[in-house]
Amino acid sequence: MTEIGLGHYLTLGAVIFSIGIIGIFLNRKNIIVILMSIELILLAVNINLVAFSIYLGDLAGQVFTLFILTVAAAEAAIGLAIIVVYFRNSGTIRVEEIDKLKG
Amino acid sequence: MIAHAIFFYTFSIIAVVSAIMVTASKNTVHSVFFLILDFISISCLFIMIGAEFLGMIMLIVYVGAVAVLFLFVVMMLNVAQQKNQWFTGQATSKHIPVGLIISTLIFFEIIIVIGGWKYKPEIFDINNSLASTSVSNTHSLGQVLYTDYIHVFQISGMILLVAMVGAIVLTFRQRSGVKKQSYIKQISRERAEGVEVLEVQSNKGVKIDD
Repeated sequence: MTEIGLGHYLTLGAVIFSIGIIGIFLNRKNIIVILMSIELILLAVNINLVAFSIYLGDLAGQVFTLFILTVAAAEAAIGLAIIVVYFRNSGTIRVEEIDKLKG
Repeated sequence: MIAHAIFFYTFSIIAVVSAIMVTASKNTVHSVFFLILDFISISCLFIMIGAEFLGMIMLIVYVGAVAVLFLFVVMMLNVAQQKNQWFTGQATSKHIPVGLIISTLIFFEIIIVIGGWKYKPEIFDINNSLASTSVSNTHSLGQVLYTDYIHVFQISGMILLVAMVGAIVLTFRQRSGVKKQSYIKQISRERAEGVEVLEVQSNKGVKIDD
């Protein structure tokens, strides 16, 4: 119990990943919370990579975490820009009212 | 080792609770703040486990940039007070069991995979080759980042450039009826159309027509 190993960090990553997926599915409020759930999922992936990198003694995991940070920042910027444009055109970003594509 | 366990459980409980609050909070601004708290506690975990450069970068990038960007958009769109009907609306009720089932399935799949790693302890034979080196985490990360991964590094720079250009192009809006500087008109102006030399006769003055 007091010996913190790789499994603890991987379990934490799994919990946060699942919470992110729950957030995507159960969200009825607005798209910004869905974007935040995607950030949570990427954070869980980062936890996994860093834990493996430390416990296996390989630096590649931390390098890839850096690149995931880069891509996550770019994705947040583009996603928020799309949300701003959509809000300007349609006046709402509620999830249930965005049905133009009939998806 | 007991201190390690105490700090791990503290920060991970804070992280999990704030991750739940990100999805369950009624106010979007509160969700953003819980996201910030989540990133802070996870970066504390990173610093504690020995990846201090990534922990600091997480603080700078997420708390400093991404969270402020989220907060800015939430405030600008004025959607903070939209109430969510999580468990009350009729139309939403079919999403809840599907989401719970899928996320529970994914969680147990990951747990099964982790169990496989846990019961194969010989995978950790090459442990602690990082901790035994004398250079710091930042130093060793820089040594591989700028040599072995230089192409990936530059591609990530290109991704950031494309994201920046894309965000500006998406949100750029041409308003009508706004007076603006026209640089091309300014710099392509000739002397002949700007200045006129007149012969002024005495006691007559010059008639200026605007």
